Amino acid sequence: MRADPSEYKLVSPGNLQDVLSLMASEPAQWLPIAGGTDVMVLYSAGKLPNRKLINIWNIPELRQIAAFPDRIRVGAACTYTELRQHEIVSGEFPLLATAASWTGGIANQNRGTLGGNIANASPAADSLPALLVYDAEVTLISVRGERRVAYRHFHTGYKQTAMAPDELIRDISLPRRFSGYISYARKVGARNAQAISKVCLAALGKISNGTIRDVRLTMGSVAPVPLRLKETEQVLTGNKIEPSLIAAARKTVTKEIQPIDDIRSTARYRAAVASNLVAEFLEKLAASETNA
Amino acid sequence: MNSSPETSAKCEISFSVNAEVKSVFVYPMERLLDVLRNDLGLTGTKEGCGEGECGSCSVLLDGMLVNSCLVPVGQANGANIITIEGISTHVLMKPLQEAFLECGGAQCGICTPGMILAAVHLLEKKPEPDLADIREGLAGNLCRCTGYMQIFEAVTTAARRRVAK
Repeated sequence: MRADPSEYKLVSPGNLQDVLSLMASEPAQWLPIAGGTDVMVLYSAGKLPNRKLINIWNIPELRQIAAFPDRIRVGAACTYTELRQHEIVSGEFPLLATAASWTGGIANQNRGTLGGNIANASPAADSLPALLVYDAEVTLISVRGERRVAYRHFHTGYKQTAMAPDELIRDISLPRRFSGYISYARKVGARNAQAISKVCLAALGKISNGTIRDVRLTMGSVAPVPLRLKETEQVLTGNKIEPSLIAAARKTVTKEIQPIDDIRSTARYRAAVASNLVAEFLEKLAASETNA
Repeated sequence: MNSSPETSAKCEISFSVNAEVKSVFVYPMERLLDVLRNDLGLTGTKEGCGEGECGSCSVLLDGMLVNSCLVPVGQANGANIITIEGISTHVLMKPLQEAFLECGGAQCGICTPGMILAAVHLLEKKPEPDLADIREGLAGNLCRCTGYMQIFEAVTTAARRRVAK
């Protein structure tokens, strides 16, 4: 059943303090809406549980990307288009810029926001593995003050997050210490554009003399939350990229992920693709030194 | 969390649509798509999927291509909106229209207003797009008739002619 707009409220306080006060006055009642690319889909289908929405699209503090010597801070309501166009994001955080380019078509990139992607917490969300691989930190804000949560602790279960009902994501900050890494991003879906992923990998690696000095692997759509493949990283670190190492990594990847059968794919297919993507990354990492 | 349904109030929303100031008295959660079609009679903007996948309802909102089915009208207060009707006076209209006709870029026509708006949005940002740019720029617009090739060709042709001038 299509939603009846007369049953829903939408208020636009226009400044952060008033948004937070309203959210605190009736916790869990007010649903923040920025670009609406997730919220409006549920709303139109008549599946949105909340009846009260609060507009955060027009809050200036949430729309800025600020650069500091050691980190960048991305306002929660920055769009994928803004991420793609930002020089530091595309230069130093290519996995995030690539993930932004995967997300929907141009119209959805013009409206979809990074904070929305995190708060919606779909395990298939494109930007989440990139945030995990870059050690992001999330700043949550409420009338009670602000607190920082390491992104690796943000998702607590399927569609569950560490946010309290009165909290809003203010920004996501990324440390600027990954520009020396080789990066690899690949999303496998039914179609290149606008499809939801079956598996996606964001990976960073450092190699010298054929030996992996450091490696970070994160995957989406293979567990209830975006997953860091720590065991596979351990298998790889300090070792030379050889067929036997790639085989060992493949084995560990399939042990470490928890894929399921659903409308988009099967657990078996996902496991095969996940292991292929890690192998492809390792081949690229090895080749990066040969080519250099 | 379910909050109890309560009736919300209609309010006045003002915006510029195709360079004319308009005021509508609507519920803020009405979709911009419905307000354009039902309140303002601008039926060139089509509804396809109603969930942001197909691009039939594309409009330019403050210069940005958006799916109007995903915009609550309450967020459009004070905005500058261009629909397909407003594109009729755009400098890109003639080359795009001619190229779509010549190349067979339109069949049933439901996707066409969205395709034209996505093409305008692309060509305004990138006057000389390559095929990859065009594919990306139109990736959010689905067509079930043409198979896309004629549409890509039409946008390529329009861009080339425009640049040649």
